[in-house]
Amino acid sequence: MIKVTDLHKSFGDNEVLKGIDAEVQEKEVVCVIGPSGSGKSTFLRCLNLLEEITAGDVVIDGESLMDPKININKLRSQVGMVFQHFNLFPHMTVLKNVTLGPLKVKDTSPEEAEKLSLDLLEKVGLSDKAHVYPGSLSGGQKQRVAIARALAMSPKVMLFDEPTSALDPELVGDVLGAMKDLANEGMTMVVVTHEMGFAREMGDRVLFMDEGVIMEEGPPENIFDNPQHPRTQEFLSKIL
Amino acid sequence: MLENLTEIFTSPHYRDTLPFIIRGLQLTLIVTFVGVFFGFILGSIFGLARLSKSKIIYAIATVYIELVRGTPILVQALFLYFAVSDFFGINFDALTAGIIAIAINAGAYIAEIVRGGVESIDKGQMEAGRSIGLSSTQTMRYIVWPQAFKRMIPPLGNQFIISLKDTSIFAVISLGEVTYLMRQYVSTTGDPFIPYIMLCFAYLIITIPAMVLLRRIERRLDV
Repeated sequence: MIKVTDLHKSFGDNEVLKGIDAEVQEKEVVCVIGPSGSGKSTFLRCLNLLEEITAGDVVIDGESLMDPKININKLRSQVGMVFQHFNLFPHMTVLKNVTLGPLKVKDTSPEEAEKLSLDLLEKVGLSDKAHVYPGSLSGGQKQRVAIARALAMSPKVMLFDEPTSALDPELVGDVLGAMKDLANEGMTMVVVTHEMGFAREMGDRVLFMDEGVIMEEGPPENIFDNPQHPRTQEFLSKIL
Repeated sequence: MLENLTEIFTSPHYRDTLPFIIRGLQLTLIVTFVGVFFGFILGSIFGLARLSKSKIIYAIATVYIELVRGTPILVQALFLYFAVSDFFGINFDALTAGIIAIAINAGAYIAEIVRGGVESIDKGQMEAGRSIGLSSTQTMRYIVWPQAFKRMIPPLGNQFIISLKDTSIFAVISLGEVTYLMRQYVSTTGDPFIPYIMLCFAYLIITIPAMVLLRRIERRLDV
């Protein structure tokens, strides 16, 4: 589904990603962990070109992101993204937030877009909030709307950029629950997270990133219970 | 002195200036509304140009904004009405010249308002729009601009009031707005005191309600 080859990303003179190779299979849930500043968010943002790729290649569903002829908007509509700070559109109701993509990008009819969106809101447990504005929602509710908004485009892959880091602890569970449902339905997911419980339970594979490279990867049991790399051991000992 | 004091209560000028004020204010308001309207269009174009990644577009917008903001509107009006028309042989009337001057002048200030408004919107909004597949133009139109515009309303209102007062300098190009008419009135009657007080009131009757309204809008937008 996703194949990353020798991915490099620099901001000016600052090289953040120093050659990343990774692969994500269809229906796989890959969790990316690592200390802050390790480049894991940047890595994720390269996957839908929110960051320009400096060198290397990313191929999604057979299409190279480095192909100069790529239709970037079409690609992004197939790669859903959920942000740490939700980034809901505050001037639109919850329903409008979700219908906007199908209406403007996919030319779905208004009736169909609304039906689809209401179904998705129901799925994340927020159908009663369809007609309120995001400002009146809790963080957990906002993030579930953001998930519904991304799902409305029927993406092939979902990217999560620390989706629970900005939430009050008691609200984390709701969002993780919605993500688990999604994983169980067979969605391909790449999740940058600090929720080690989620990574262990739901991750098919865990990537440990530090200093712009993937230091270690493997099934969660291996990474959490038997880490090989000293940096992984050090990181896990600090947070667990 | 005493004579002057009694004049305050008995002056015929209160009544006699009224037709001039009504007629002049009409033109003042027309020039302001039409001028600021086109100024907003200019300002939106150049304000967005200031956010452009293209260095050429950015440079053009910067030159326009700095030239206009760095020269007095009186000079701009003189330049437009006398210099440009003489040099290019275009003859526009005072009304057209006044509207163009306000549009160009307000446009430069509004460009900065637009730039500030758009820049004040969190970058995450643009990213969220792009991430669902909207183009950058669509994201600007449906997501960033509506939010930015709301924040632009108070400074736009201020600019409207400034432009309204700026129209008074068009007296120098014989545009028959309220200041021009009142100056004529004074030179005919030879009595400046009451007519100029009335002229002040003519502006205040528009600007004070506008300011009150603005403050109310500002307070509502704050919440």
